[in-house]
Amino acid sequence: MNKFWIVLSHSFMTRFKSKSFIITTAIFLLFIVGIGNVDRIIGLFDSDDVDQVAVIDETGELYHSLVEQNELLEVNYELVDYDGTLEDAEEEVLSGVFNGVLHIESDPDLYFSAVYYTDQLINQSIQYQLMGNLQQIKDARAMIDQGIDQAVLEAIYQPISFETIALELSDGTTARTEEEIGVARGLVYMMIIILYMAVLMYGNMIAMDIANEKSSRVMEILISSSSPISQMFAKIIGISLLGLTQIGLFLVVGYFMIQSRAEDMVGEFFEFFGFSDVPVSTYIYAIIFFLLGYFLYATLSAMLGSLVTRMEDVSQILMPMTLLIFIAYFIAIFGINMPESSLVTITSFIPFFAPFVMFLRVGLLEVPTWEIALSIGLSIGTIILLALIGARVYRGGVLMYGRSASLKDFKRALQLSKKDK
Amino acid sequence: MSLKIEQVTKRFGNFTAVDDLTLEIPEKQIFGFLGSNGAGKTTTFRMILGLIDATEGKITWQGEPINYERTDQIGYLPEERGLYPKLSVRDQIVYLARLRGMNKKDAVVELEKWLEKFEVPQNIDKKIEELSKGNQQKIQFISAVIHQPKLLILDEPFSGLDPVNVEMMKAAVVDLKESGTTIIFSSHQMNTVEEICEYLCIIQEGKPVIHGSLKDVKRSFGKKNVFIHADFDLTFLKDLSGVVNYKATSEGCKIQIESEEISQSILEAVQKVGFVRRFALEEPSLNDIFIAKVGKSYE
Repeated sequence: MNKFWIVLSHSFMTRFKSKSFIITTAIFLLFIVGIGNVDRIIGLFDSDDVDQVAVIDETGELYHSLVEQNELLEVNYELVDYDGTLEDAEEEVLSGVFNGVLHIESDPDLYFSAVYYTDQLINQSIQYQLMGNLQQIKDARAMIDQGIDQAVLEAIYQPISFETIALELSDGTTARTEEEIGVARGLVYMMIIILYMAVLMYGNMIAMDIANEKSSRVMEILISSSSPISQMFAKIIGISLLGLTQIGLFLVVGYFMIQSRAEDMVGEFFEFFGFSDVPVSTYIYAIIFFLLGYFLYATLSAMLGSLVTRMEDVSQILMPMTLLIFIAYFIAIFGINMPESSLVTITSFIPFFAPFVMFLRVGLLEVPTWEIALSIGLSIGTIILLALIGARVYRGGVLMYGRSASLKDFKRALQLSKKDK
Repeated sequence: MSLKIEQVTKRFGNFTAVDDLTLEIPEKQIFGFLGSNGAGKTTTFRMILGLIDATEGKITWQGEPINYERTDQIGYLPEERGLYPKLSVRDQIVYLARLRGMNKKDAVVELEKWLEKFEVPQNIDKKIEELSKGNQQKIQFISAVIHQPKLLILDEPFSGLDPVNVEMMKAAVVDLKESGTTIIFSSHQMNTVEEICEYLCIIQEGKPVIHGSLKDVKRSFGKKNVFIHADFDLTFLKDLSGVVNYKATSEGCKIQIESEEISQSILEAVQKVGFVRRFALEEPSLNDIFIAKVGKSYE
């Protein structure tokens, strides 16, 4: 047991102190802080340069209405009353002074008509805002011309009252509101992406670590000192802890960043990813399924890693596992929009997919407890089974030095470790 | 209370790596284990260490099989050298020593002592990949002996070293024996084995060919070598009775004879022919013994 801890802390500390770990962690943290402050960063680059739109108003009365409306709406461009001809204004657009020219003419049938000349069609927000504003001015005029007075106008535009009430279900809970689902969806997205990255990254790390010990031939000394099986688990847990430390660090930094900017963070994006309304059980399931998925794939990669001798062969032998992770990931990502499909239901019981897919169901639907328990049980069973097979493969695999990197080695490794008596 | 290998056989599929091997390795001695590549040395070592199981037979040390509870008393230098290339000498040795049950402080003290002994104390904080091959091998050797094992298995400890380092390492091995370590040592360099081993075993294709103490092996072999330097043609010696082997050398010949007694008749025979500058009767070398037993040479 003592040696187990030595191997565990060694796997953890050598990685933890390594330059590559510190650098990747730092880059990720910068990335998180960057994402959180993305509005400020964008603001940094275009704060000085305000877009200008030249207005040639032939009706003589619309320019001021437009300016008034822009003041109310806080738009991000300025209007300029332009005196010259349309041709001059077009020249100035092309030379970069103005973003565009708005040419307004009287129109006997429609009060007025407008043409926007611009050399930029990528960012169309200015056109849409101008169009919207002109439309409103026209609507108001038309109504006043029809003799409708202000109070009536307001009544027309008054929004109706419409409310959805979730009925209580037989087990005492209520169906989730749209908002709650949106929030849960955000959490599910996040957890699936983190789990996906974690199993790929750290699974690879475990396999590399083992292959490295084999290729540098230090393995033979290690397994003559302590049992390969306890080494395998120490390594899996050591690197898992490293991964959890890293992810934990990201989550803490992410959390504090969201906290510190909570006031600025209103808007669809953060409401979509908001977490305040998620029930506690969802968080607990997130942790359970994360750990299940993590250990399942970690054990698998340790087993596969013990079969190869050279670092170059690691990705090749991990290929089938990587594919499995891809499939699980895609089922989960597609499943977010149709959590009730039978594909999702079935795969939520298949151990290699369950950590991704069952969590998605738990997060988005009301899933009977026995189904969750069955899925967790199957996953745990698979982990134990993989660990038992993995331990035997590992025992033989670490003594096997060959050039090939195929699953045929699997059989050889099992033979080598077999107690044939 | 020695290491006993009793009727051990190891098969990998149809291939028999070790075939009915029985050996008793005495305590506190250096035991030489000779054999060409693929003769089954490494497989035998792995079975002694319990890394792989024997197909048949059993191996015991002090009456018990070796398992992970006793590995702290065992040192192992594998044939394929292996250390973590990116770790410093200190981190490396401390980790491996801790896995053999030492604590960190003692490991560092011992490491410093050994580095001093091998005249490389400046390497303690260098990474393994920065060291020369010879210096890496010293570190590898230290990793095998730092925890003062009672049983030390050295698989080809001197291969790839320059003569100065070989002498340094040989001296260290002899010191360890004197301090009470039982050492098993494999090599295909016959002369090194002759120099430091009291007991030895030669295996070929998994079977022991010669086994016993160096003296007994030589004595029971019976045959001796005679070196003759003379200016005349010596080829007539081939046909004398009792001469087993004749080999011309630059100044005369080297012959192998059935027994000591024959040497005298040979001496008489050559003296009759002419002037003999050198006539020497010597013990056979291990290499001679091996060639006689197996029919081909190692080197």
